[in-house]
Amino acid sequence: MPSNKSVSDAPIVQFTNCRILRDHQLQREDLWVREGKILNPEKLFFDEKGSADVQLDCRDSIIAPGFIDVQINGGFGVDFSLATDDFKSGIDLVSQKILSHGVTSFCPTLVTSPPSVYHQVLPQISVRNGGAHGAGILGAHLEGPFISKEKKGAHPEHCLRTFEAGAFQDLLVTYGSLDCVQIVTLAPEMRRSSEVIQELTKRGICVSLGHSVANLSQAEEAVQHGATFITHLFNAMLPFHHRDPGIVGLLTSDKIPAGRRVFYGMISDGIHTNPAALRIAHRAHPKGLVLVTDAIAGMGLAPGRHTLGQQVVEIDGLNTYIAGTKTLSGSVATMDTCVRHFQEATGCSVETALEAASLHPAQLLGIEHKKGTLDYDSDADFLMLNDSLYVQATYIAGEEVWRQDVLGM
Amino acid sequence: MKLIILENYSQASEWAAKYIRNRIVQFGPGPGRFFTLGLPTGLPRDHPESYHSFMWNNFFKHIDISAENVHILDGNAPDLQAECDAFEEKIKAAGGIELFVGGIGPDGHIAFNEPGSSLVSRTRVKTLAMDTILANARFFDGDLSKVPTMALTVGVGTVMDAREVMILITGAHKAFALYKAIEDGVNHMWTVSAFQQHPNTLFVCDEDATLELKVKTVKYFKGLMLVHNKLVEPLYSMKEMGAERSQSKKPYSD
Repeated sequence: MPSNKSVSDAPIVQFTNCRILRDHQLQREDLWVREGKILNPEKLFFDEKGSADVQLDCRDSIIAPGFIDVQINGGFGVDFSLATDDFKSGIDLVSQKILSHGVTSFCPTLVTSPPSVYHQVLPQISVRNGGAHGAGILGAHLEGPFISKEKKGAHPEHCLRTFEAGAFQDLLVTYGSLDCVQIVTLAPEMRRSSEVIQELTKRGICVSLGHSVANLSQAEEAVQHGATFITHLFNAMLPFHHRDPGIVGLLTSDKIPAGRRVFYGMISDGIHTNPAALRIAHRAHPKGLVLVTDAIAGMGLAPGRHTLGQQVVEIDGLNTYIAGTKTLSGSVATMDTCVRHFQEATGCSVETALEAASLHPAQLLGIEHKKGTLDYDSDADFLMLNDSLYVQATYIAGEEVWRQDVLGM
Repeated sequence: MKLIILENYSQASEWAAKYIRNRIVQFGPGPGRFFTLGLPTGLPRDHPESYHSFMWNNFFKHIDISAENVHILDGNAPDLQAECDAFEEKIKAAGGIELFVGGIGPDGHIAFNEPGSSLVSRTRVKTLAMDTILANARFFDGDLSKVPTMALTVGVGTVMDAREVMILITGAHKAFALYKAIEDGVNHMWTVSAFQQHPNTLFVCDEDATLELKVKTVKYFKGLMLVHNKLVEPLYSMKEMGAERSQSKKPYSD
């Protein structure tokens, strides 16, 4: 029905017969969208005397904010750490394919690489909105090369570096440009890391601790200088010890500056962490848990050999190892699988599982006013899921960009 | 007066809802207007306790009403008395109120017509009694200083002009008010009692609300339930009837 809209002529869509995730709860409410943002229907009704142009019956689906993946190294044969000629089309392919996993925004991640790779690849990554073409890009996540040799994991040793000579300048020279960089993972026990962390934080870049042998006080110092994230908790760091919990101890540290929260990424594919460890972390600090995939080029493809930057990895089922070793290197999990596995393993509520993949990453990056929630005026990036948390449809800016084919293809 | 006594809150609500549904169908698919009775002043429109929010969350968002047909007194209007006068004009222009639905306060007030309100009053600004302020404190986290002290309200006279009045009363705390309203005389200290002089009044209540009434009264009206329940039987739906106005069915008279 035509509506009298004094504010805008754009069509208003009302999603009915659904349960939306709002205020940390699934509520039986309608979702109203206009011009790519979530609309406040009460304001529309009383102030503009407006009404919906289109009503869509969601058949009792769950509507949740779109997932945000802050650590994904590639997928579908594309490796973000490889400077190929068709890099741009590679990133486009991944951003389009992950829509079916419920990811509406992501941070393409580069593992430890030689400076030439950074200089060639980073200028080709630009922050951009999502849409029918694919998920939005929030900025790059640079995991390395300023990490510990002892905890390099799958990262190539010959590319590891330190910044003890020139601190931030060294970092800048290595990466070339920090224009579209959103997150940097480094090892805080490295000399002069505090200066680097401060400089990065000043530029609005999120600093993450990972691939490190730091003890708890070194980690706490890093947090005091601005670090806010832990890269794949438990993996590539010292194990929890009751007299020196190491980086894991940040989850319950009392030295975190007031008003700040430490977030930690977890790859809940059932392989990187034992479900019991996942539960310990979740129970210790539920509000900081951020689900990440750490997916590699082989994700979405058949088992076999694929690359991860300078390394060759072998995929066998859900396991991904450096070829010929038992060193884990990334995963082939998809974000929606991680959400489901997390919910199953911890027995947490559906709301908690969904927020770990949407609200918490948005809070980590300081964008929760427009992403990661279904609050009024935030970006209308959302998913329709069934009760078992399988994605049925993905929407970006209020437009449907992916729908589960009824035939299940 | 028809006194409808149901067992509990949900049954009373359901009966009332069915009655209203029937009356709407009988009224015909005309430009059905909807007016809301009273509004505390001083609350911003999007305050969660404003009448706008209350009506939106509990009524408007569940139905397909167009916003132009909603008239709620604006407690933030620059000239409150003019706002009230305009409200009265709008009621007249819409052809008068067909059915007024309201509740009753523990002090027997209808809308915000507190004890002592004139029984011929019109829509106006009214100061609220301490009882009402205390009762409303629960919506403001128990903080008395936050509760509005004035309200815009339709007057007793305004409601008396309606062709039919339906009052919903549930709960033991309203029992005394109900007793004063229907078993005692007409008195401006219990403004709901004014409806004893209205030709077409309907009180819908639950068992708890009858606790102060004479057993005789309760038995009498319970005995009439067989007849009164005919009022909520489903009528033909408007869709089945097409565009025809159903003029044959009239509300039962006393």
